[in-house]
Amino acid sequence: MAIRRGRGVAAINYPTGMNLGGDPTQALVHSTPTGNFMVTLSSVDLGQGMKQIMAQICAETIGVPTDRVIVDTADTDTGPHCMGTFASRGTHRAGNAVIQAAKEARQVMLEVAAEELEVNASDLETDGQGNIRVKGAPQKSISIFDVALSAHFKRGRSISGRGMFLIPRSYPEKETGAMKPSTCYAHACTVAEVEVDDETGEVTVLNVKNVFEIGRALNPKMVEQQLVGGSWMGISHALYETTEPYYPNRDHGGTDFNQYLMPGPGDLAETEIIVLERPSSDGPFGAKGPGEMCANPQIPAVANAVFDAVGVRIDTLPITPERILRALKAQAAG
Amino acid sequence: MAKVPVQFTLNGSEKAEFVESGTTLLNALRDKIGDTSPKGGCHQGTCGACSVIIDGELRLSCLTLAETCGGANIKTTAGLAEGGVLHPLQRAFLDGFATQCGFCTPGMIMAAKVLLDRTPNPSREDVVEALSGNVCRCTGYEPIIQAVLSAARANSQNVA
Repeated sequence: MAIRRGRGVAAINYPTGMNLGGDPTQALVHSTPTGNFMVTLSSVDLGQGMKQIMAQICAETIGVPTDRVIVDTADTDTGPHCMGTFASRGTHRAGNAVIQAAKEARQVMLEVAAEELEVNASDLETDGQGNIRVKGAPQKSISIFDVALSAHFKRGRSISGRGMFLIPRSYPEKETGAMKPSTCYAHACTVAEVEVDDETGEVTVLNVKNVFEIGRALNPKMVEQQLVGGSWMGISHALYETTEPYYPNRDHGGTDFNQYLMPGPGDLAETEIIVLERPSSDGPFGAKGPGEMCANPQIPAVANAVFDAVGVRIDTLPITPERILRALKAQAAG
Repeated sequence: MAKVPVQFTLNGSEKAEFVESGTTLLNALRDKIGDTSPKGGCHQGTCGACSVIIDGELRLSCLTLAETCGGANIKTTAGLAEGGVLHPLQRAFLDGFATQCGFCTPGMIMAAKVLLDRTPNPSREDVVEALSGNVCRCTGYEPIIQAVLSAARANSQNVA
C-alpha cells in the first residue's frame, strides 16, 4: 500500500453557441441626451462580466470611453430578443449584435456632428475621449455631449442603432450527414499531476497546467479570472461533484447544496494558466467563448493521471475513492 | 407573535427596531434596517455569506437571533469604507479580481477582516483556515486568498 503519483494530459475543442432553431441575439444602442450610450439586451450577466464586455465592445465601436456606456440587461419581457446566456455564446453572439447596433448609432452621431461642423460625415473621426473631429484638422471638433444635445433638441435625430446576429440553423446533408451544428471553436489542453492513495482511494491533485486558446481576450484580467475559477471547477467535476453519490441506501444521500461536495480553499491544486490568443474570424474583435470550455480538459486529464498512477480506468464521474478502490479490487482479482 | 425591542450599534450608528421574536439578525439587517451587504445563502450556517462581526467576533447572522444582540457592536461590509475610501480589503478584492458574481464577497471580507485584526501578517495557511467557513462557487478561491494576503501587505506597509 502506497501513495502513487501519476500524470495525465487531455486536450479539448469546444464550440460557441448551439444549433436548435437557429441561434440569434439582438441588441439596441441609443444615446442619452448628454451623449452617454445605452446598450439594451436581454442577455444575462450572471457574474461572468457580460456587462463590462458589452460596454467595451460598444465603446470601441462608437469611439467613446467605456465609462460612457451603460448596459441594461436581463429583462426578457422588454429587451430585444436573446437566446440566453449559455453554450458560452454571450460574448460572441451578443457582442456581434452590439457591434452592428453601435455602428449604426455611430453613423447617425457622425451625421449630426457633420451638420454641426458643416463638413461631410465621411471626413469625421472620433478621438476616443468623447469628441468628434475633422480628419487632419483636429482643431475643428465637437464634443459628443454637444452632438447628443443637438440631435435631441435641435435636429430631431435619434442617435441609435439596431443589431442582429444570427447563426442560422444547420441541417444535415441527406447523403453524408455532414452539418455545421456549432461555430467558433475554442481549444484547451491540461496536464494534471495527482497522488493516489491505493489503500484509501483518495486522490490529491498536486498541480494543473492549462493552456487555453480563446481567440482575442477582450478583457485579459477577466479572462484570467474565469480560467482560474474554471480550472478549479474542472477538478471539482472530476473528483467531487455529484447529486447521486453511492450510498447503500439513497436516504443517506445529500439533500441540498450543503452536501454537494466541492473543493474548498484548503483543497486547491497549484494552478497555472496560459492564454493563447488567435483571433477568430467571426467573433467580435476576434473573441471566442471561453466560458464553459475552461472547466472541461481537467476532467479527462485527472482521469488519465489516475490511470497513470494506479493503472485503473475510471469512466464514471466523479472519480471517488470508492470507485478507485472497486476498480483496484477488480484489477487485483484479474 | 409579540414584537420585541432590540437596540444595537451598526457600523457606528445606533439602531432601535421592533422585531418579531425569533427573527434572525440577517433578516433584521436586510429587511428592517436595509443593510443588504450580508447575504442569505444557505440559512443554516454552512455557507458563510451572511457573516458579520459582532463585538469583534465573526458570527453567522443567519444563526443569530436579533433579540440576542441588544447592546452589541455590529459591523458589516457596508460599513467598512470610510469617507468614501474603500477599506484595504475591499480595495484588494477589487484590484485582485477576487470577486465574480459577488454573492460570497461580503462574507469573505468579514472573515478576512477578523483574521487581519488579530493576525496582521498571516501566512497562506492562516488565510485558508480563516476562509474555510465561506463558500465560493466562481473564483476557485485562489484570487480571494491572494487578495487577503495582498491587503495584509498593504496594511503593514502603511503601518511602517
